[in-house]
This record gives sequence, C-alpha cells and structure tokens, in this order.
Amino acid sequence: MIPPSFEYLAPKTIPDAVALLQKHGDEAKILAGGHSLIPAMRLRLAEPGYLIDISNIGGLDYIQEESGQLRIGAMTCEAALEESEIVQRKFPLLLDTAKMIADPSVRNMATVGGNLAHGDPANDHPATMLALRASVVAEGPNGTREIKIDDFFPDFFTTALSEDEILTEIRIPTPPSASGGAYLKIERKVGDYAAAAVACQLNIDSIGSIENIGLGLTNVGSTPIRASSAEELLKGKKPDENMLAEAGRLAAADSEPMEDLRGSAEYKIALVNELTQRAIKLSIQRAEGSR
Amino acid sequence: MSKHIVSIDINGKTVNKEVDSRMLLVHFIREELQMTGTHIGCDTSSCGACTILMDGRSVKSCTLYTVQASGKSVKTIEGMEEGGALHPLQEGFHEEHGLQCGFCTPGMIMRAAELLEKNPNPSEEEIRWGISGNLCRCTGYVNIVKPFSMLLKKCKRRLHE
Repeated sequence: MIPPSFEYLAPKTIPDAVALLQKHGDEAKILAGGHSLIPAMRLRLAEPGYLIDISNIGGLDYIQEESGQLRIGAMTCEAALEESEIVQRKFPLLLDTAKMIADPSVRNMATVGGNLAHGDPANDHPATMLALRASVVAEGPNGTREIKIDDFFPDFFTTALSEDEILTEIRIPTPPSASGGAYLKIERKVGDYAAAAVACQLNIDSIGSIENIGLGLTNVGSTPIRASSAEELLKGKKPDENMLAEAGRLAAADSEPMEDLRGSAEYKIALVNELTQRAIKLSIQRAEGSR
Repeated sequence: MSKHIVSIDINGKTVNKEVDSRMLLVHFIREELQMTGTHIGCDTSSCGACTILMDGRSVKSCTLYTVQASGKSVKTIEGMEEGGALHPLQEGFHEEHGLQCGFCTPGMIMRAAELLEKNPNPSEEEIRWGISGNLCRCTGYVNIVKPFSMLLKKCKRRLHE
C-alpha cells in the first residue's frame, strides 16, 4: 500500500504554515502525528497534493495549567497526556481517554490536536472534550479565535476550522473541587475504534448532588454527540438507581448509531445506555474520592 | 514527485539520502539501508512488527514518512547489540524462548526496550498493556509475557553489573 505522490512541506512557524494553506487551498492537508492521515493516504481515501508537516514548528507541545484552564498544545502526543502529572491528578477523564486510544506505540505519535481536527466521530477526544466543555484555538491569517467544542463538529468528518486555519491549542476549564470523570469504551480489540464509548465529567456539592455534568458519546452518530437530555435530568440531583437508568435511556435516545462490523444499531444503543450509567457512577465515586 | 534529502541518525550512524516524500520509513530502512530486521506485518499500524525507536520512543515505521524522521535518531533491532554482544533483551528472548516463529520478535524487543526504560518494574498487567500494540500471530503471548518480569530482572541486573 504505497501512498500517492505529494509535495512535502515543513514550515517552521505557524504564519508560514497558514500561508502555505492559503496558497494550496483544499489540495493541502496538515500533517500532525499522521496516524489517521497516513493510513488514509495508504488506502487512497485521502490524496492531498501537499502535506504541511507542523511537527517542526516549536511551541505546540505542552500541557500547562494556568488561570483556571488546562492548556494543551495541539502537537502534544497521547503518551504525554498519560505521563502528565497534572492529567493524572486532576483529569481522570482525560487520562482514561488517552489510555484507550490505539496502542502505546501509536500514542507516541498520535496528537490530541490531530484527534480533534480530523473530525472523525469515531475518535475518542471529541466526546471527552464535549464532556469537559473544552474549547479549541484556531490560528489563521487574521489571528486566532477560540471555538467552543459544541460548535466544532458541525457535520460528518467536518470541523469548524476554515481551510486556512490550524488548530493550535485545546483549553479545558479546571474542574472545581469534588470533581470526577470517566471514559468507558467498548472496543473489539486494542487499537480498534469504539463500538460505543461514553465520556462523563461532573462535580458534586457537599451533600452529593450533581452540580454540573457533561456527557459525550463516541462513534454513535455522524458527529460526536452531547447527551444533553441526560445532562439536564441529572443537574442538581443526587441520582438513585432509577434516575441513573433513566439517564442511560435518555443518552441512548440521543445516539444515532448505524449497524457496522462492530455491531447492530440496537447493540450500540444498549451499550450507550449501560456505559452512561457506569460512567456516571464511576465519576461520582471519583468525585467523592477527590474531596 | 517531490524529493528530499534526509539526514537521519540510524543506530548511531548518520545517513544522508535523497528520498521521495512518500517513501515510508519502514521501506527506507528495509530497502534503502538493507536492514531487514524491521519487519512489515499488517502494513496498517496494527501489528507492531515494524516497531523501531525514534528519539527513544517506540513508533510504527509503516506509519511514518521517511521525511518525518529527518533530524531524528532512529534505533532498529540491528542497533541493539553492542560490540558483537547481544543486548540483554535479545539474550533474554533467546534464553527464555520468548518467540515461536520470530516474526514479531524485533518489534517486541524494540517495544520492550521503551517499556523497560520507562517502567523498570512492570506488573504482568502493565506488560500486557505495554505490548498491546504488538501482535504475535503464533499467539505465543504466554511465553513472551510470562518470563517477561524475570527477563527484566535479569536484564536490570546485567545492565547494572
């Protein structure tokens, strides 16, 4: 499987990369870690005439917490998330997610920015970022803008980035005290996409009621999905088993999976129902443990 | 066709060569450098037979363009031995028969090298997750995993002797 010919470009700065995007338009693709794009090129599903490798641009690989936000540089690899002390301590949802992406060697190359900018609803970070109410920073010819994650995935394999913009940073609000999160994914084998997965992030008050909750669903629709009806149900509540079951049903009703090699639509809907309940329970446990 | 001069440190030796932009690193290693210890298994970044170290981290060389490795340091299975003596990991896989057909072995060893580097004392679960991107199609995992801890202990001892 030899990929088609292309022109390789390796700019040293973001403005240079943006200029190349402007020059080559839809013939160009950004190459980050390449672990979605290169396989797609080898299968000739993607045939860009120009690859703009942004790995030589300094300053896009960092995990920093400042002014109430976790800032992740777009070129940060998944392995760096796993190894990050801040992520391990404060962002169990992010840690769960990174550990479930592909396999250890792939995680040494695959980047957080690439996982989002690829726009694939089967990727794991989109649902996680929905649950975390993150935003992304895009840099283009007119400077930078911040895009809320809810506005970032308008359609199948489509993002809110315009043709001449590059995703440079992910911003996640620092969770308040007594927060917890979890990412539960059913995959057929290591390295596969999710049959279904659920991301949950929440915080609880002093009597154990849920103050805020975010729920994201992976690979059960043409875009990553926010399970908003389940979020609304749980906000301000201390859920018992019946309410958790109702939240599972609501999340399942928000999903729109299609039958494929990973299972029937019915099976995936059942997975969303069950995984939602388990992810909420685990998140509550973790929130209690973090007090 | 776009051509580029790459400069890559391979097993401690700098190689300068002109390559097509689309040449995958695994093809560069096997065909241009004639180092065939790095294998091609699935060709889809699933099996890990092509695993090498790039700047000390295990990566799948079937899913990298050679141009991406320019300026970096690459280690393949051929670079593991030192002064004609096998690396302790190679010796360990040999002594403990951590292989059946041996096709996955170079990738397993390169992956094990990073795993050991980062986590000198992994549990069995950590070993299994650690090599989860390397498939043994003989399904010889027990022989690869079971003596792993022992191998690592042995290696550590030898590395520190």
